[in-house]
Amino acid sequence: MNTAEFRLPDLGEGLTSAELVSWRVDVGDTITLDQVIADVESAKALVELPSPYAGMVTDLLVEPGATVPVGAPIIRITTAESAEPAPPSVLVGYGPQASHSSRRRRHVPQTMHQDGETAPTHTRRMASAMTSSARAPQATVFVTVDVTASMDLLAKLRNSAPFENISVTPLTLAAKSLVTAIASSPEVNSTWDEQSGSSVKHPHVNLGIAVASDRGLLVPNIKDADTLSLLDLARSINELTATARAGRTDTPHLTGGTVTITNVGVFGVDGGVPLLNPGEAAILCLGAVNERPWVVDGLIEIRSVVTLSVTFDHRGVDGRQAAEFLSLVAAMLEDPAVLLAHL
Amino acid sequence: MIDNLDYPVQLLQPDGARVCRTEYDRLIADLGPTEYISLYRDMVISRRIDTAAVALQRQGEIGLWAPLLGQEAAQVGSARALKPDDFAFVSYREHAVAYCRGVPPEVLTHMWRGCSHSAWDPNQFNVTNPAIVVGSQGLHATGYALGAHLDGAEIATIAYFGDGATSQGDIAEALGFAASFRAGVVFFCQNNQWAISEPVSLQSRTPISHRADGYGIPSFRVDGNDVLAVLAVTRAALAHAREGSGPTFIEAITCRMGPHTTSDDPSRYRSDTDMAEWRRRDPITRMRAFLERRGILDETADAEISTAAEDVAARLRHATLETPDPPPSTLFEHVYTGPHPLIEHEREQHREYLASFDDQEAMS
Repeated sequence: MNTAEFRLPDLGEGLTSAELVSWRVDVGDTITLDQVIADVESAKALVELPSPYAGMVTDLLVEPGATVPVGAPIIRITTAESAEPAPPSVLVGYGPQASHSSRRRRHVPQTMHQDGETAPTHTRRMASAMTSSARAPQATVFVTVDVTASMDLLAKLRNSAPFENISVTPLTLAAKSLVTAIASSPEVNSTWDEQSGSSVKHPHVNLGIAVASDRGLLVPNIKDADTLSLLDLARSINELTATARAGRTDTPHLTGGTVTITNVGVFGVDGGVPLLNPGEAAILCLGAVNERPWVVDGLIEIRSVVTLSVTFDHRGVDGRQAAEFLSLVAAMLEDPAVLLAHL
Repeated sequence: MIDNLDYPVQLLQPDGARVCRTEYDRLIADLGPTEYISLYRDMVISRRIDTAAVALQRQGEIGLWAPLLGQEAAQVGSARALKPDDFAFVSYREHAVAYCRGVPPEVLTHMWRGCSHSAWDPNQFNVTNPAIVVGSQGLHATGYALGAHLDGAEIATIAYFGDGATSQGDIAEALGFAASFRAGVVFFCQNNQWAISEPVSLQSRTPISHRADGYGIPSFRVDGNDVLAVLAVTRAALAHAREGSGPTFIEAITCRMGPHTTSDDPSRYRSDTDMAEWRRRDPITRMRAFLERRGILDETADAEISTAAEDVAARLRHATLETPDPPPSTLFEHVYTGPHPLIEHEREQHREYLASFDDQEAMS
């Protein structure tokens, strides 16, 4: 006399569990080989379970309705003889593995080497953030705009008393225009919620500024940037970038951003297609402000021109909304009176 | 050559009554009681192999099985029409074809247990191992048939596939190529009504056999649950191939009465009522009724067949449980017929990898 246990096999190419729907046998029953003992429902199919042993049922180890992991014993059967081969220690498929504690690798053979070691933490953090960003379907719209008026305004501000020792740049005006334009396009200051399938609009604007530092790309953000005056915004950007470049940005300033601005123009390029900061619905990209021939009232003039682009999360924002938003920002930079009108 | 496509060839009615159709009767005129019993025996044993394998899957001894339940007549009737030198290219469901070609039933589960890439030598039995890629074997069969023709061999090649495979590019290419080059291949389509969960009505707006017309390939439509009709029609098609007259297409109308594979639950896409109709047309019941009508099947023969079926099932079970896991190094065998530098390099790398473990148990 031998007692054999039947363990739940993987019934469908890689399943990890199944529900025992009902028993077809009782304790004390004498059963034959391949006799149906239970109905089992996996994620793929409701099937009849045939007994691998002939003998008498001594224990039913699982209640009907229970979800049983693959590899767990479900029934004990006392077999008449030991002619039946011993059950395999490892089930086919994803059953419980035999212990391989003694199978330790003595040495790990050298694999292919990249030059040097693993990338520094900030690079890996950037890689992780950009991979995460790629999960959002994103699109980009562009506009090229004459910002001569803004440049004139900046020149005046730089010479004014309040802005003494405060750097005020096209980025400052672009940031002010961005946070102001959000009042007309609240959808760009949102997060797409995959679970609920809805766009969650943020009540305040935490404006992220992409900063290139010795420690890699950082995107610290200015809390409630929409409530700040141009002066306070300029001051905040100055502090934020200085802190980031010094590598002293604290965690609160690195989390909770709702929309981002990136200034690739400082590197001399005309513009770019930025990728979203994960969780945000829009990022504004500012190109270099350059003097170019520009048509003004039917004549070609030398004007200060910049290319702006907005990448947006196309789940919560559509092309028209993004284009209208970018057009408004561009209009504010083209004519600061428009910005004033929206304040 | 083109048969009346709208009326499938039938020589046995579901109640076992013999239907006379002279052009097909003469193709099986050589059959006597011994042959009738033998066909019945092969069908019964095939079904028993199938149920034994399904049980082994439910007990975790093999990973997967594609049951042939209901298709015994289509497979046995066609396979028994083959001559020893003919070559069969099969899909993953033709267990009865392999059995009829002489493959020992004990090895039929080897591939499904994951302990062998190739359970038998195809050249030994002139039947391939199960092709998992749907329809791929149609191309292999066509190429083999063309090669045999170029060699001057007077043989036929048969490709087995299902109704779903006719929607695959491989089968379309095989039909086009075979027609263009008059390859001696018989395209044997078991229309078992279901391409996994999709009904055949979704696969083709016309009867499947009509598709052959478009390629200029003569076709037959046959009652696939009638072993005598399948045998007759396949013999005609194989003769056509052997004499160098090119390809033919056979649509054997049958039904996969079980799941697509052991991982499938057919109750999710079809009703039991559908199956009741097909159970009435069961190929084994039909042949048994025919034998009983003629008084051919006596108790002794019946008992012998039952015993033989149980014996095959027991052998299959024991062989499956006792099949040892192959050593990992067998992975590199049979990739090429001769030595190959890349394979040798990989074999050596793998050997070094295994040698890096402390425990050398089961590692050779």
